[in-house]
Amino acid sequence: MNNLELVVGAIIGWLALGALGLLRPRRLVYVSRVLFPAGAAVGLALAVVGFLSIGAPAQSLVLPLGLPDLPFHLRLDALSAFFLLLLGATAAAVSIYSAGYFRANDGSVPGLICLEYHVFLAAMAMVLVADDAYLFMVAWETMALSSYFLVTTDHKIPEIRRAGFLYLLIAHVGALAILLCFGVLQGGSGDYTFDAMRAIELAGAWPSIAFFLALVGFGAKAGLLPLHVWLPEAHPAAPSPVSALMSAVMLKTAIYGLLRVTFDLLHAQLWWWGVVTLAVGLVTALFGVVFAAVQSDMKRLLAYSSIENIGIIVAGIGLTILFRAYDKPLLAAITLTAVLYHALNHAFFKSLLFLATGSVLHSTHERSLGKLGGLIHRMPWVAGLALVGTLAIAGLPPLNGFVSEWLLLQAFLFTPTLPQSFVNMLVPLATAALVLAVALAAYVMVKFYGIIFLGRMREPHLAYAKDAGPMERVALIYLAFGCVVLGIFPVNVIAMLDPVNALLVGSSAMQEGPRSWLLLAPINADRSSYSPLIVLVVIVIVVLLTVQIVHRFYHGRVRRAPPWDCGFPGQTPRMQDTAEGFGQPIRNVFEPFFRMERHLPSPFDTKPVYSVKADDHFWHWLYVPIVRGAEVLARLVGRIQQGRISVYLTYSFFTLLALLFFVR
Amino acid sequence: MTIAGFLSQLLQIAVALILAPLLVGWVNQCRAWLSNRSAPSLLLPYRTIRKLFAKDAVVAENASPIFRLTPYVVFGAMCCAAAIVPSLATDLPFARAADAIALVGLFALARVFMSLAAMDIGTAFGSLGARRDMFIGFLAEPALLMVLFTASLISGSTSLPEIVDTLAHREFGIYPSLAFAGVAFTMVSLAENARIPIDNPATHLELTMIHEAMLLEYSARHLALLEWASALKLFNYSCIGLAIFLPFGIVTSGTDWLALLSAAPLLIGKLAAGGFALALIETLSAKMRIFRAPEFLGTAFMLAVLAMLVNLLLGA
Repeated sequence: MNNLELVVGAIIGWLALGALGLLRPRRLVYVSRVLFPAGAAVGLALAVVGFLSIGAPAQSLVLPLGLPDLPFHLRLDALSAFFLLLLGATAAAVSIYSAGYFRANDGSVPGLICLEYHVFLAAMAMVLVADDAYLFMVAWETMALSSYFLVTTDHKIPEIRRAGFLYLLIAHVGALAILLCFGVLQGGSGDYTFDAMRAIELAGAWPSIAFFLALVGFGAKAGLLPLHVWLPEAHPAAPSPVSALMSAVMLKTAIYGLLRVTFDLLHAQLWWWGVVTLAVGLVTALFGVVFAAVQSDMKRLLAYSSIENIGIIVAGIGLTILFRAYDKPLLAAITLTAVLYHALNHAFFKSLLFLATGSVLHSTHERSLGKLGGLIHRMPWVAGLALVGTLAIAGLPPLNGFVSEWLLLQAFLFTPTLPQSFVNMLVPLATAALVLAVALAAYVMVKFYGIIFLGRMREPHLAYAKDAGPMERVALIYLAFGCVVLGIFPVNVIAMLDPVNALLVGSSAMQEGPRSWLLLAPINADRSSYSPLIVLVVIVIVVLLTVQIVHRFYHGRVRRAPPWDCGFPGQTPRMQDTAEGFGQPIRNVFEPFFRMERHLPSPFDTKPVYSVKADDHFWHWLYVPIVRGAEVLARLVGRIQQGRISVYLTYSFFTLLALLFFVR
Repeated sequence: MTIAGFLSQLLQIAVALILAPLLVGWVNQCRAWLSNRSAPSLLLPYRTIRKLFAKDAVVAENASPIFRLTPYVVFGAMCCAAAIVPSLATDLPFARAADAIALVGLFALARVFMSLAAMDIGTAFGSLGARRDMFIGFLAEPALLMVLFTASLISGSTSLPEIVDTLAHREFGIYPSLAFAGVAFTMVSLAENARIPIDNPATHLELTMIHEAMLLEYSARHLALLEWASALKLFNYSCIGLAIFLPFGIVTSGTDWLALLSAAPLLIGKLAAGGFALALIETLSAKMRIFRAPEFLGTAFMLAVLAMLVNLLLGA
C-alpha cells in the first residue's frame, strides 16, 4: 500500500467509527471508551503517514466514486502531507480529550456527536487530498455541514442556534466564492481536475480575479476581515473539543486552500496581490488582538485571538507572494517557512488553550472571566499545562510561538532588497503593525491566564472545582509537549517542512549557512541566528544556580501570612481586576475601533449597575445594511406572491413563453 | 567556542551583575544632588540587597508556585539579556544563540512572569500593577523592536554584536535615522525602567505606582532578586543605548585581556554620564498621569517607525 492509500484508509476508518457510533448512540461508555480513542489512533497514524510523505514524491489516485464520468481524483504531495500531519497530530489530541470530555447531557446524544465529529475529521482530510474541484467542493461542504451540527450540539439554546446559522451562512458565501474561483481557473476547458488547471495559463485579468475569489472564499473560512464575524459567535457556542478542532485545524484548511490556489494552480503571482494580502492580514491581526483584549468570555477571547493568528499567517502569505513576484525564491521560501511553522504552532497552542477552557468550563460551569479566578489551586494540572500554551501564544522564547514570529520578522527585515521603492516604504509600517499585534497578544494572554487561574476565586462555588480527568490530562500534556518541542528544535522542524517550500516557491529555505541542528540561521549566522535550546539551558542553569546559591549562603525559610496589599484591611476577591477592568486601557486607547454602549450609574441609583458593551463596527457598517437590503428585496418579491393558484399559473405561463423565446 | 571566549562571556555577565546596583546607586545620588538633598551612599543598593537576602521570606497564604518561581525566572532572563548586550566587548559567544529580537523576547518573558506573579495573590494593587505594566509594555516593546530594527537595517544583521561592530567602525557622521531612533530609545528606556515621567521608582504612592505595585507582596530574598533584576534591566538598557548610539571605544576581541581592561574605565565613564543624564531628565520632568502614557509611548513608537522610514529613504 502506498501512502495515499493509507490516507484513504484513515479517512474510511474515521467514517466507519462515525457510523459505528450510531449502533448504540446512547451508550456513553461505548462511544467515549472505544470510538474516540480509536479515532485518536487513526489520527496519530495519519500524522505519521503525513510526516513520512512530506519528502516523498507526489502520488495520485483515481477513485471511481461520485457521479458517473466524474471520478474522485486524489493526490498527495508535500503541501497536502504537511497539512495532513497538522490535522492528524491535532486530531489525535482532541479525540483523546473528547473521550474524557463528552457527557450524557451535552445536548445531542453521544453517538450522534461521534458521527458528526468523525465525519468532520474525514472531510477535512478529504479536502487536503482532493485533486479536482468537484471532490474539493464536496469535501468542503461536508466539512462545513458536519461542523455546523457540531457547533449546534447544544441546540436547545437559541443563541447557539443563531451562532450556528451565522456560521453556516458565511461558510456558504465563502463556498460560493471558491466555486467561482474554480470556475475561473478551469479557463473554459470544462476540465475541473487540478492537473488541467495547472496546465492552463490564464490570460489578462483572469488570474487576478481567480486569486481574489480565492482570497474571499478561503478568507471567509479563515476569518479574515470583514468575514470574521462568525468566529466569535461559533467558537464559544461549540463544545470545547470542537472549538479546538475548528480553530486549530479547520481554519488551516482555508490556509491550505489559499496556498494551493495561489502557488500551485496559478502560474505567476503579481506583486500587488501581495500588498493587498499583506494589508488584509495585518489589519485582521490588529483587529483580532484588540478585540481579544476587551473580551470577557474566555472562549470568545480565544476566538478573537485565532483571528489575530490567522491574520499573521495571511500577512506572511502576502509577503511570500511579494518575494515570489520579484523573483526572490530564497526569501520567499523563508517567509513560507514562517507561515507553515506558525500554522503548525497555532494548531498546537490554540487547541491546548481551547481544551483547557473546556476543562475549566466542565468543572465550574462558568465561561465568563468575571466569575473565575484562583483555579491554579484547584486545577493544578490544567493550570500548569495552560501556562505553557499561554507563554507559547504570547510569543515568548524559548517556546514555539516565538520561533515563527522570529522567522516572520526576519523575513520583513529582508524586504529592503525589493526593487520597487513604493513597496519598500510599506515595510516599516507593516513591521510596526506586526510587532504591535505580537506585543498586544502578550497583554491578552496575561489577561486570559491571570484572570482564570490566578488571584482569588471570584465566586464561592469555584472551591469545588475538580482537576481534569486522566484522558483530558493526557491530551493536554501531549499538546504542551508539542509546544515545547516545536519551540526547541526549530531547525529539525524546518528541515521537515522544507519540501513544501521546494514545491510551492521552488527553493529551499536552508540553502546557505551552517547546517547545525542547534542554531537556526536562515541566511547566514552573521546576519541572524537563534538557538532556543541554548537560551533555555542558560536560563535553567542561572535559575538553578541562583536557587542553590541563595539557599546555601542564606536560608530557605518561608513564613506564610495574609496578603499585605499596602496594609489595606478587608480585602475581598471582588477587588481584583475584572476582565473588563483589565481590558480597560486597551479600550481607551483603541476607542475608535469599537462601537461602545456604556451604561453608567447615576449617584442616586440605589442599585447601581455598570455595563459596557464593546461591539464590532462591521456589524453596523456592513452586515446590518445587507440584512436590511435583503429584507427590502424580500418584501418586493413578496408582492408577486398572491396566494392564488390562478395567478401562479399565469406566472408559469409567462415563464414558459419567455423560455420558448430564448431557447427556441 | 573556546575556553577563553567562554571565560570572557562569563566575565561580561559578572561585570553586569556587579556594576548594575552601582549604576542604580549613582543615579539615586545624582538625583539627590540635583534636588539639593544630601545623597545616600553609592553602595546603598548593595547593602539593601544583602540585607534582604538575610531576612525571612514572608509569602502570602494563597500564593501559587508561580509567585515563588517568578523572581528566579526574571533574574535568569535578565542575566541572559546581559550575556547578549555588548558592554565591554562585542565578542559574545552567547549572542549567537539569541539576537536582538530574542533580547526583546527575553524582556517580554520577564515582564509576563512579573505580571502573572502580581496577579497571583489577588490583591487590588497587584492586578492594578500588572495591568499597567502590560499596558506600558505593549507600546514600549514594539518601539524598542523598531529601534533595534533601524540599527539592524544599517548593519544588515539582527545580531547585537554585529550591529555594534558595524556602527562602531563607520566613519563619524550624523545619521538622521539614528537621531530619531535615539530619541525613541530614550523615551522607551524611561518607560521600561519605571522612571519619571511614566513611573516613579522612589514612591509607594498607591494610585500612581506601576512597577512597585507589582513588588508589593514580595519580601526578603525574592525581593532582593527582583531589585537586582531591575537594576540589571537598567544596566542592560543603558548598555544597549551606549552600544548603538555611542559605540566608540568598545573592544572587538573578547579575549584580548589588556584591551578589555582599558575598555572598562571608558564603559564606567559612559555609564556615569548616562546615569547623570537620566537623573537630569527625571529631575526636570514631572510624573505623567497614567492616561497620558499612551501619548508618550505612541510618540516613541512613531519616532521609531519614522527612523526606519528615514533609513530606507535616505539610506542612512
